[in-house]
Amino acid sequence: MIPELGQFAMALALIAALVQSVLPIAGAARRNTLWMASAQATAVIQAALLVFAFGALMHAFIVSDFTVRNVVENSHSLKPMLYKVAGTWGSHEGSLLLWVLILALFGAAVAVMADNIPLALKARTLSVQAWISVGFLSFMILTSNPFDRVFPPPLDGQDLNPLLQDFGLAIHPPLLYIGYVGFSIVFSFAVAALIEGRVDPAWARWVRPWTLAAWMALTGGIALGSWWAYYELGWGGWWFWDPVENVSFMPWLAGTALLHSAIVTEKRDTFKAWTILLAILTFSLSLLGTFIVRSGLLTSVHAFAVDPERGVYILGLLAVSILGSLALFAWRAPAMEGGGLFAPISREAGLLINNLLIATACATVLFGTLYPLFLEAVTGEKISVGPPFFNASFIPITLPLVIVMGLGPHLSWKRADLPGVLARLKWVGVVVLLGTLVVAWIADGGPLLAVISMGIALWLIGATIQDWARRVKLLQKGAWARINRQPRSAHGMSMAHLGLAVLMVGAIGASAWKTDTVSFAEPGTAVPIAGFEVTFVGVEQVQGPNYVAQVATLDVTRDGEFVTQLFPERRVYPVAQATTTESDIRQTLAGDLYVSIAEPAAENTEGLWTLRLIYEPLVNFLWLGSLMLVLGGALSLSDRRLRVGAPRRAAPVNATPAE
Amino acid sequence: MKRLLFAAPFVLALIIGGFSLWGLSGGRDPSSIPSALISQPIPDFALDPIEGVDTPGLSTEDLKGQGLTLVNVFASWCGPCRAEHPILTRMSEQQNLRIVGLNYKDTPENAAAWLEELGNPYERIGADVTGRAGIDWGVTGVPETFIISNDGIVLHRFPGPVVGDGQRRFQEALDAAKAAQ
Amino acid sequence: MKRLVLILCLLATPLFAVEPDEVLDDPVLEERARVISADVRCVVCQNEPIDSSNAGVARDLRLIIRERLVAGDTNEEVFEYLVARYGDFVLFNPPWKPSTYALWLGPFVILALGFLAVVMALRGKRGQRTAALTPEEQARLEALRKKDDI
Repeated sequence: MIPELGQFAMALALIAALVQSVLPIAGAARRNTLWMASAQATAVIQAALLVFAFGALMHAFIVSDFTVRNVVENSHSLKPMLYKVAGTWGSHEGSLLLWVLILALFGAAVAVMADNIPLALKARTLSVQAWISVGFLSFMILTSNPFDRVFPPPLDGQDLNPLLQDFGLAIHPPLLYIGYVGFSIVFSFAVAALIEGRVDPAWARWVRPWTLAAWMALTGGIALGSWWAYYELGWGGWWFWDPVENVSFMPWLAGTALLHSAIVTEKRDTFKAWTILLAILTFSLSLLGTFIVRSGLLTSVHAFAVDPERGVYILGLLAVSILGSLALFAWRAPAMEGGGLFAPISREAGLLINNLLIATACATVLFGTLYPLFLEAVTGEKISVGPPFFNASFIPITLPLVIVMGLGPHLSWKRADLPGVLARLKWVGVVVLLGTLVVAWIADGGPLLAVISMGIALWLIGATIQDWARRVKLLQKGAWARINRQPRSAHGMSMAHLGLAVLMVGAIGASAWKTDTVSFAEPGTAVPIAGFEVTFVGVEQVQGPNYVAQVATLDVTRDGEFVTQLFPERRVYPVAQATTTESDIRQTLAGDLYVSIAEPAAENTEGLWTLRLIYEPLVNFLWLGSLMLVLGGALSLSDRRLRVGAPRRAAPVNATPAE
Repeated sequence: MKRLLFAAPFVLALIIGGFSLWGLSGGRDPSSIPSALISQPIPDFALDPIEGVDTPGLSTEDLKGQGLTLVNVFASWCGPCRAEHPILTRMSEQQNLRIVGLNYKDTPENAAAWLEELGNPYERIGADVTGRAGIDWGVTGVPETFIISNDGIVLHRFPGPVVGDGQRRFQEALDAAKAAQ
Repeated sequence: MKRLVLILCLLATPLFAVEPDEVLDDPVLEERARVISADVRCVVCQNEPIDSSNAGVARDLRLIIRERLVAGDTNEEVFEYLVARYGDFVLFNPPWKPSTYALWLGPFVILALGFLAVVMALRGKRGQRTAALTPEEQARLEALRKKDDI
C-alpha cells in the first residue's frame, strides 16, 4: 500500500509542478499578483509530496519490502540498517527520485525564504524551476518508476555487495546531488532574468548565497567521493581523471567561476552577460554529468546502471533545457550592458583573468573528456584520453591562476596600485623563495614541476595570510575587535583561498613523492619504505558478522624504534561471494603509510602473502584543504544571512526540511 | 559580430548534443575495442598441440593458402565458449568452413575433457598455455573468433560468443569475407 | 554480465596490482616498467591502467613490458609493441598524429579564443562610453537603455 501511495504522491507532484510551470510565469507577464503568488504554494506542495514519495521508498527499503522491484535489486535483508537506508538512493530510479526531491526542496526554499526578492522575478524563477521538475518527474514516471512491484516476490534481495557498504558511499551521492541540483536554482534565476531582460547588482546579490550553498555541497561531495576511492576502495589514489570524475569537476569549476563573476556583477554592475552564461553553464554541466553517468556514453570505472534508451530520453531533456536557455541567452543577453570601466590592473581585471583561466580549464576538461567520442564519430577510430593529457593541459592553466589568486585580493576595485601591492608582498616573496628552496632540499632532486608548484602553493598561502593580516591590522592593538567587525565573507574568502593552497600541497605531495613497494611476505619478512621498516608478524583468521577475515599483523618501526602496529585484512563474504581488501593506514599530517595484503597471483606461493606498502606524503592536506574550502563557503554564507538583504532567516541548505 | 559571440555557446552545445545523440544510437558499444590487426597479416606464432589430444598444433604457416579460416579462441573455464561451441560447430559443418582453435590459458586435462564432452570441430588446435599468442593476436577475453583470408590476412575480429544476435552479426561478417575471396 | 565484470574489477583492485614475482631486480628498469604500465589502459577492465588492474591480461602485459625492457627495448619500442597488438586505444597518452592534432592543440585554441572574446567584450564596452558621467547619471542612463531594449 505504501509504495502505491508513494507513486501517487509522485504523480501529484508532477501535477503541482505542471501548474507551477505555467501559472506564475503567466502571472508575471500579465501582472497578476495572485497567479504569481501561487508559486509559493505549489513549490511547497510539490516538495512535500516528493518528501512523502521519497519517504515511502525509504520505508520500503527499511522494512525490506521485496514486492518492490527496486528493493529486490538493491537491498538484502542481511544488510546493516544504514545501508538499507542508503539503498534508497543506490539505484538509478532511487537516485533520480532523490534528484527531483532536492530540486523541489530548493524551489520550496526559495519560495519560503527569499521574501525580499521582487514577486515577478521569484514567480518566473519558480516557474523555470518547475519546468525542470516536470521534465525529470515525467521521465521517472514514464521510464524509471522506483515503485514498480514484482510478483511473485522473491525471498530475499539480490544486492549485498560489500564494497558498496560504506559510510562514505552512503552520503557521497546525496551531497553531490545537493551540489549538482543546487545549481538548478541559480540556473532558474538566470533564465528568469533573461526573460525579464534585467540583471543588476541586486539580482547578483540574491543569487550568490544559492550559488555558494550549491558550491559548498558540490565541493564536499567531490571531496568525499575522492576520499572514498582513496580509503575504502583502496585505490591508493584520489583522482584518476575518469570521465565520471571529470563530469563532477566541470560544474565545480564553472560554479567557482560563477561565484567570482557574481561578485563583480554585485559590486561593479558589470560582467552581467558572462555571469548569466556561467549560471546556465554550471547547471548544464551538472545535467551533462547526470547524463553521462547514466547513459553509458563513455566508459568509466564508476559506470553502472548503463542504459542507452534512458540516455536518449535524458538527452532530450538536456537538449530542451540547455539549448533553450542558451538560445534565450543568445537572444536576450546582447542587450545587457555592463557598468563601470576598470583599469588593466584592478580587482576586476584580476577576477577577469581568474574567470578566463577557470573557464579555459573547464573547457579543456570537457574537450578532453569528449574528444574520444568526437573522434569515434568522425573517423571511427578509438583512442583513450587519460591522465597524461589532463595533467599536461590542466596544470599549466592552473598554476598561473594560483599566482593571480594570491595577488587578486590585494588589488583594489577600478584601479589598483601594482607597485604598491608588490612592495607590500616583498617579504612574502622572500619567505616563499626560502620555503621553496627548503622544499627542493627535502625533495632532493625530485621532479622540478613539483617543487615549482609547491612554491606557488606557498605563495598563495603567504599572500593570502598577508592580505588577511593587513585587513585586520593583526599586529596592532584591537585586532580581535577588527576581526569580528570584518564581514564574514571576507574571512570566508581568505579561508577558502588558503584551503585551496593546502589542498594543492596535498595533491602535489601525494602525486610527486609517493613511493610504493610490493613483496612476498611470510612471518619475519621486513620491508623498508620511506624511512620506516614494516615487519610482517603473521596472519590470523577472524570471524566477522557476515564474513571471514584473514587479519595480518604488521610491526612498523623507524630507526629501530617502535612506531605502530597495522592490521590489514582480506575479507571473504560467503553470501555475497565476494572478497574485499581492507587496507590499514597509519595517518599523520606528514603522510599516510598505507598497507594491504592479498593472496599472490603466482603459483607455488604456499604460505606467502603479497604485501603492498604505499607511502603517500602530505595526502591528508587534501582533505584538510577541502574542509577549509567548505568552511570558507560556510563563513561567507553566514555573513550574507546577517549582513545583506539576501535570504534572511537561515542558510538555505540547513533550513530545508529534513527528511 | 557581437551577436555571433553570444550565440557561440548555443552552437557549441548543439554540436556536443549532436555527437552525444550519435554516441547513443545504433548498437554502439563504448567498451568494445577495435582490433589493430584488421587487414594486417596474422601475427607470427607457433603453438604445440594440447597434450593428450591428437589434433595437430597451430602456427602462422597453417593459416596461409588454406582458404577462408576461422580462428576460435576458447578455454574450458569460459562459460560463453560452451554456449557458442555447438553453433560454431554447426556453422563450420553446414558452410564447409575450416575452423581452427586457440586454446587460451588452459590445462591439457581440462581442455581434453571439454573437447571430449562437446565435440572437436577444430582441424588444428594450438595450446596457448601462457597466453602469449593470445596477446600477439590482440585478444582481450575469451571467446573471440577471427576470420582469416586465404593469404593469411585478418579480415574480421569478433569478440564475445557467437550466439543470438551475435551469431547474426558474425554471419554477416562471414558472408562479406566470402564475397571478398 | 558486463556489469559483473565491472564489479569484479572494482572489487579486485588493490592499491596497485604489480605482483612481487613481477618486480625486476634492476630498480631503474622496474621504475621504467611502472611508468609505462601506468599509461597503458587495461583492455578488460574499463578505463584503468594495467598497473592497477589485476585482470589476467593486465598481468601478462606487465610481464611482457618487463621482458621487453630487459631485452633492451626503449620505452617507445615497448609502446609500439603494444600498439601493434591492441591499437592506440591502450595508450592513455594519445600519440601526436593527425587525428589527435585537434586534441593537443585544443587547450591552446580554447585559451586564445577566450582571450579574443575578452578583448572583444572590453573593446565593445569602451566604444560605448565617451563622456564621463556621474554615477547617478550613469544609473539613469542604464535604466533608460534597459527600458528601450525590452
